[in-house]
Amino acid sequence: MTKVNVKLKINGDPYELAVRPNRTLVEVLRDDLHLTGTKIGCKTGDCGACTILLDGKSVCSCMTLAIEAQGKEITTIEGVGLSYDKLHPIQEAFVNEGAVQCGYCTPGMIMSAKNLLDKNPKPTELEIRKALSGNLCRCTGYARIVKAIEVASEKMYNTQK
Amino acid sequence: MNDTKTNNNSLIGQSIPRIDSPSKVTGKAQYAGDIILPGTLYGKLLLSTVAHAKIKNIDISAALALPGVKDVIVGKDTPCIKFGNWRLFPNTQDELPLAVDKVRFIGDEIAAVAAITPEIAEAAIALIKVEYELLPAVFNIDDSLAPGAPLIHDENKELTSNISLDRKIDVGDIEQAFKDADYIREDSFLVHPHSHAYMEPCATIAETDAEGRVTIYTSTQTPYIVQCLLASTLGIPENHVRVVKPAIGGGFGGKMELRTWEFCAAFMSRRTGRPVRFVLTRQEELEIGRRRHGMKIKSKVGFKKDGTIVAKDFEAYLDGGAYNSMGPTATFLCGNFGAMLYRYPVYRYRGYHVYTNLPPSGAMRGFGAPQAMFISETQMNMAAIDLGIDAIDLRIKNAMVTGDKIEGVTTISSAGFVESLEKIASATQWKEKKKNLPPNKGIGIGCYSFISGGVFNWFNTQYHFSACEVRAYDDGTAHLFTMSCDIGQGSDTVLRQILAADLGILPNMIRLTAGDTAMTPKGDLGTWGSRVTLMNGNAILDASKKIKNELAKIVSVKFNLNVIHDVAFADGRVFAKANPKYGMTFGEAVTMWVKMNRGEELTARGVYTPRDKGLTTPAYSFGAQVAEVDVDPETGVVTVEKISTAHDCGTVINPLSVEGQLEGAIQMGLGYTLCEQFAIKDGKTLNTTFLDYKVPAAEDMPQIVSYKIDTYEKEGPFGAKEVGEGLVIPTAPAIADAVFQATGYRCKDLPITPEKILKSQGKI
Ligand code: FES
Ligand code: FES
Repeated sequence: MTKVNVKLKINGDPYELAVRPNRTLVEVLRDDLHLTGTKIGCKTGDCGACTILLDGKSVCSCMTLAIEAQGKEITTIEGVGLSYDKLHPIQEAFVNEGAVQCGYCTPGMIMSAKNLLDKNPKPTELEIRKALSGNLCRCTGYARIVKAIEVASEKMYNTQK
Repeated sequence: MNDTKTNNNSLIGQSIPRIDSPSKVTGKAQYAGDIILPGTLYGKLLLSTVAHAKIKNIDISAALALPGVKDVIVGKDTPCIKFGNWRLFPNTQDELPLAVDKVRFIGDEIAAVAAITPEIAEAAIALIKVEYELLPAVFNIDDSLAPGAPLIHDENKELTSNISLDRKIDVGDIEQAFKDADYIREDSFLVHPHSHAYMEPCATIAETDAEGRVTIYTSTQTPYIVQCLLASTLGIPENHVRVVKPAIGGGFGGKMELRTWEFCAAFMSRRTGRPVRFVLTRQEELEIGRRRHGMKIKSKVGFKKDGTIVAKDFEAYLDGGAYNSMGPTATFLCGNFGAMLYRYPVYRYRGYHVYTNLPPSGAMRGFGAPQAMFISETQMNMAAIDLGIDAIDLRIKNAMVTGDKIEGVTTISSAGFVESLEKIASATQWKEKKKNLPPNKGIGIGCYSFISGGVFNWFNTQYHFSACEVRAYDDGTAHLFTMSCDIGQGSDTVLRQILAADLGILPNMIRLTAGDTAMTPKGDLGTWGSRVTLMNGNAILDASKKIKNELAKIVSVKFNLNVIHDVAFADGRVFAKANPKYGMTFGEAVTMWVKMNRGEELTARGVYTPRDKGLTTPAYSFGAQVAEVDVDPETGVVTVEKISTAHDCGTVINPLSVEGQLEGAIQMGLGYTLCEQFAIKDGKTLNTTFLDYKVPAAEDMPQIVSYKIDTYEKEGPFGAKEVGEGLVIPTAPAIADAVFQATGYRCKDLPITPEKILKSQGKI
């Protein structure tokens, strides 16, 4: 399969590379660009570990071709923090509320949480749980993840006001 | 000196957020699959497509000829050294890194390829041709034990059947005891296999230096075990293998053995001189991965009219799959767990580990206990009804208490079981609720007990069970080296908390190096069996005590303290307890010590080996759980509405972590009970995605409440004992009991499915 050139905008930075047309975005992010914060738990679209934002919408990067992402704003976990050493309120809440155990689902969870709060700043518990339905976690039982998103929502909502 | 066992420090019991969380929320934490080294080759395994066969021929020529392929290996290319975690009994080590003459399950590893890209490796695998001579295969315990069944390990001349190992426990005269019983409960049960389903598929990358020494970064809970077994299968000294544990994306017992891909990565990196990497796919994980043992169990319990238990006869057949893996340990522990929770004055256990042509079962969170206690708890609930005694009252009557013994097996050094039962009864309004259940609602109970690490040493380590090294520096910091692996349970934080509490410095003043066999103390067996907090915690207190002894001398000399003065360590200072102004900062004390010792570094090794602690464990946790469910009468779908737990894990070091363990355990227990089940046909696992193998999602979770029962375990650091595994046990029996209350369906065959419920009610 011949490679094609793609231009990707990831976390605000421009990248240009040649990929096979069937190469998924997660492979490009992890293997070609070494942005390994995005995880792979299944590659079949069932676990959410690879969740990223495409033009602000959460998608599974294992189910997205790199070429499809051209011309769109790609945000990965590496682009979520406010600066190199300043955590985003969602990240901060995940740390403080004990929402992280092994951490393998965490980047994907945070991307889904960000997608949710960007659209619905004050979600109910049920809305949070529904928004996480595509993100599996085997360690936490989700309770503290839900709590962290509530705490983040409060913090972001109040500061935004 | 301070009594290190007393909780005199406010750090103990504090919900310190995980120290490794910032690196995980930013994506910076490095897992094994994130590591690619210069020149990395990509590995792929060829797996058997048949369940039982002789290998007649393997043709690798086309694969080798494919451009970009750097190495192809089959079993015969390797030193053909068998491995297994029971080194004490070499005959139980039944697995080869790659199959040589025979394959024994669909997924048995036959060959491996290393190529310049993952795609080329995959293409090369497809070019390898294997000729099989098919053998009859067996896929369940009954067929495997039937007369004339094919012997799966016919190479082991000591075996005359597919039973690879058995275990017996005999306490008292069982025949007589049953004669004395007023009521006997006898049932048969089936429990199913269950996937760890850790979110991080196994990954490994190995490199070899110019002298042939191997460094391997791998997703493991037990670096020392991997080091030893990898060295022996490669045929090189242990010290020529360095195992480094990066961040681990969950283990639950599934990452505690040497695995084929670790061997192949190391072996091919030695052959090619380049790093070799393997990352399993989820499909491979689910299709061939280790799993919790399915079991067939018969259990007979005798009671007096008043509910007093007189005897138990417990027989378990474990479906081990094609190799022993951790099955021997599960067989042993299942018998011990069958005797836990209640006082069985007479107890008999017969456990059999049975080979079948299925993927091997291994260690998984709870390790024999979820199965054994699903049975004991279900029978307690059934007996309670027959005897006309409330299920919690019946338990309290028979509950183990501090000081109880199982003859020749174990002593219970602390137990908050009765208190857990009393608490859960009042907190859930158990009796009232049970009396007034609305239609289709149920409330049920299940209990658990678990070990805080194993006393057994089948791995045959010559070293201490647990060890650490502490170095104290003149800048007021310390460095802790440990082989304990944080696999998500939070040990990196808790161990620092323990050391910081004892040295009187802040946790963030402690650098931690964990799980690097070239640096961390040799011999520590790693993370399994809920051993870390108690065992490594004790090793840390041992090292800390040595450091403090040295620093106390400094303060004593400097301030000319009378020998009767105690020296305290708190708030980053070392001082005379009775007169804190006689003291200095921790860093100043270390500086002085270094000067006095003419430039030596202040370091101490700490160790812990349980001695005279019976055959099982130094300490047990206990707890009781109540589930409340709603069952849809039309569809049979069970909704778990609430789970309440009262549990005793000794002193809680970090409440946030303990709660997290509980909530995660409930999710795993819920999946085990209701929705996680392998679909296996003729030895082939069919559900190999998370779409088909359904792990509970956020919406499936019930409301969770918990109550901590205070106990103090004198063998544990600051009084602590296990919390990681036991909590996964009670959920299945509690839900099953609640489903019975709601529907009349009594589950003796996990999991509980809508179909089974509706069938029992004659609705389908
Ligand atoms: S890796 Fe993409 S959904 Fe699992
Ligand atoms: S924290 Fe381990 S999978 Fe979510």
